[in-house]
Amino acid sequence: MSATLARYQDIVGADVVSHLRQLAAPLAGMKVVHVNSTRTGGGVAEILHMLVPLKVELGLDARWEVITGDSLFYQCTKGFHNALQGTAVEITPAMIAAYEETNRKNAETLREVLQEADLVFIHDPQPAPLLGLCPTRRGKWVWRCHIDVSHPFRPVWKYLRRHVAAYDASIFSLASFAQPLPHPEYLIPPSIDPLTEKNMDLPEDEIRQVEERFGIDPERPMILQVSRFDRFKDPVGVIQAYRMAKRYIPRLQLVLAGGGASDDPEGEVVLAEVRAAAGDDPDAHVLLLPPDAHRTINALQRAADLVLQKSLREGFGLTVTEAMWKSKPVVGGNTGGIRLQVVNHHTGFLVNTPEGAAQRVRYLLSDRDRRVKMGEKAREFVRENFLLTRHLREYLTVMLAIVRGVDDRIEVA
Amino acid sequence: MSLPARDSGGDQPFAVKDCALAAIATGRRAHTLRELYDGVSATTPSSLYYHFWGGLLRPRFDDPEYNNDFAVWAFRDFHDETLAERLSVIDPTDYTDMEELRQEVLDTLEERLDEDPVVSWKRAESAFTFIRSQIVVLDTHTTITHPREMPEIVSAMSLGSVFYHFIDARRRPPIGINDFSAWIVGAFPEHTPLAERLAHLDPYFNRLAGLRRQLAGVLADYFGEAAS
Repeated sequence: MSATLARYQDIVGADVVSHLRQLAAPLAGMKVVHVNSTRTGGGVAEILHMLVPLKVELGLDARWEVITGDSLFYQCTKGFHNALQGTAVEITPAMIAAYEETNRKNAETLREVLQEADLVFIHDPQPAPLLGLCPTRRGKWVWRCHIDVSHPFRPVWKYLRRHVAAYDASIFSLASFAQPLPHPEYLIPPSIDPLTEKNMDLPEDEIRQVEERFGIDPERPMILQVSRFDRFKDPVGVIQAYRMAKRYIPRLQLVLAGGGASDDPEGEVVLAEVRAAAGDDPDAHVLLLPPDAHRTINALQRAADLVLQKSLREGFGLTVTEAMWKSKPVVGGNTGGIRLQVVNHHTGFLVNTPEGAAQRVRYLLSDRDRRVKMGEKAREFVRENFLLTRHLREYLTVMLAIVRGVDDRIEVA
Repeated sequence: MSLPARDSGGDQPFAVKDCALAAIATGRRAHTLRELYDGVSATTPSSLYYHFWGGLLRPRFDDPEYNNDFAVWAFRDFHDETLAERLSVIDPTDYTDMEELRQEVLDTLEERLDEDPVVSWKRAESAFTFIRSQIVVLDTHTTITHPREMPEIVSAMSLGSVFYHFIDARRRPPIGINDFSAWIVGAFPEHTPLAERLAHLDPYFNRLAGLRRQLAGVLADYFGEAAS
C-alpha cells in the first residue's frame, strides 16, 4: 500500500481504505482532469492539492490544470462569485469580453488534454466556458460548483447558465445550493485532509511560539475567525460580537486571521475596513497571512478556546470543519454548509447576528467542561463525515455513476 | 419465524459485495406541509429510499431524536414536534414496498394537516430538499463458503458492504430479509437459528458501524455457543 493511504488508514480504519480501493478499481487508468483558476489560496485549491494525488495513488490517470488570466478576468469572476451568492453586481461588457477571451486563450493550451480526457471536472465559474471551446471532446464533463447558488443575482446566473447547462452533470456541495439544470446534479460536501500542515497534530511549543509571535496571551481566553477578508464572512460583525462579549469577559482576545487568494481582488478593500473597525484595541489582532501559512493557521486554531465562522453566506465553510477536527466548538453563521456541521448544543451554535454570536461566546467561555465535551463530539463528527476519505469515496462513486449509466442501480463487475 | 431463502442460495458461496450511494438533487423543494405532501406524492421511490436510509451512508449528524429526513426537517426547520414524533416512528423495515411506505408518510402528513389549521399555512425556516440516489454495487471478490467464516469476514467488512447486505437487501427478492439470513437458510438450513438471530437485529436505530459490531457479536456468540 502507498505511504499516504497507509497513513489515512491509521486515522479512519482499514475498511475505509479498502472500500476506496474497491471503488477505484473499475476506474483504473482513466484519464481525469480537474481545472480551476488558482493553485494557492481558498478551499478549492486546498481540496485539489489533496484529492488529485490520492486519485493517482488509487490508479487513476488524474491531473490538475489551472487557467490564468489578467486582473479584469479576476474582477469579472469575483463579480460572478458575489452575484452567485446573491449580490447585485454589475458585470460590464468589457469584463465579459475578458472572461471569454481568457477562456479562449487557456483553451488553446489545454484543448488537447481536455478533449482526450475520460472525465473533466471544471471547478466553479472561472473555467466554465472551456466545454464550449472543446468541440471534439470524447469524455464526460462535470461542472463542480463550490458556491451557494441558491439565490443568485439572476442576470449573472442567466449568463453563466448558458455555459454550464451543456455539461453532462454538475456537483454541488448541498442540495439547497443547486439551481435547476438539464442534467443530473450530484451532491458532495467537501472535506479536510487530516494529514496536511493545516490539520496535522502540532507540538505544544510550536503553538506557544505562534501565540508569542502575534502577541497573543496564552493565559487569557482567545476567540478566532479564520477566513478570507470578504464581506460575506462578516469580519466586522465578528468584531462587534467580540466587543459585546468583552464587556463581560474583559480579558478576552480576538484573532481575525485571513489570507488573500490570487483570484480575489476585493480582499484588500475589506481588510482595510476590518482594520478600521478593530481600531487600536491591542486585544483585537487582525492578521494578514500568506497563502501558505497553513501551520500558523493550524496553531491558531489549536490555541483558540472556540472558533467563530460568522458568515452571512457560505459555500461549505471548511474552516468550520478544520476547527471541529481540532476539537473546538464553533459559533457559526446560520447559513450554507455551516448548518450541516454545527448542531446546536452538540458541536457548537448557529447564530444570525453579532448579538447572538456574543451571547454564545459568553456561554461557551463560561464553562470549560462544556467546551471540551462539545469539542470532542465535533472531532468525532468530522472523523466520520468530513475527512478527505469520505470526499474521495463520493467522487469515485459519482464518477462510476456518470461513466456507467443513469439507472438507479448500477452493478459494476 | 419462517425465513425465505435466496433463490440462488442453494450451495452457492456467499459473494460479498460493496456499495456506495450517489446523491442527486431532484430540484424539488417544500417550504410548507402541503408542499411536502405534494413532494412525497410525486417523488421517486429512490428518493423515499434515500430519505429513510441514505443517512446511514452520507454525512449527517447522528440526530439523537429523529432518524429519517422528514422527521428531522419537521423538528429543525418546520418546528412541529408533534409531526416530527409521528414521522420518526415510521420504520421503513415494516414496509416491504416503497409505495406502502410512501402512503404511510402521506397519511401522517394529512392527519397533521387536518387536525391543526395553523400548520397548513405555516412556512418552514428552511425548505425540505428532495434528493434521490443511485446505488453503485461492486463485487469485492471475497466469498464466504460456510457461516463459520462469517465472524471474521463480517467484522472487517466495509460499511458499504454492511449497508448492501443488511439494508439494501430488504428491497431485493426475497423482499424484506437481509442477505446473510437468506443465504444461511438456503445453503445451511441447520443454521437457521443463526439466520433468525441476524434477522432480529434492528437496523433502523443504529449507525452502520454499530450494526457491524452487532452482527459480528451475534455471529461470535452463536459459534461460541456451538463450540462450548
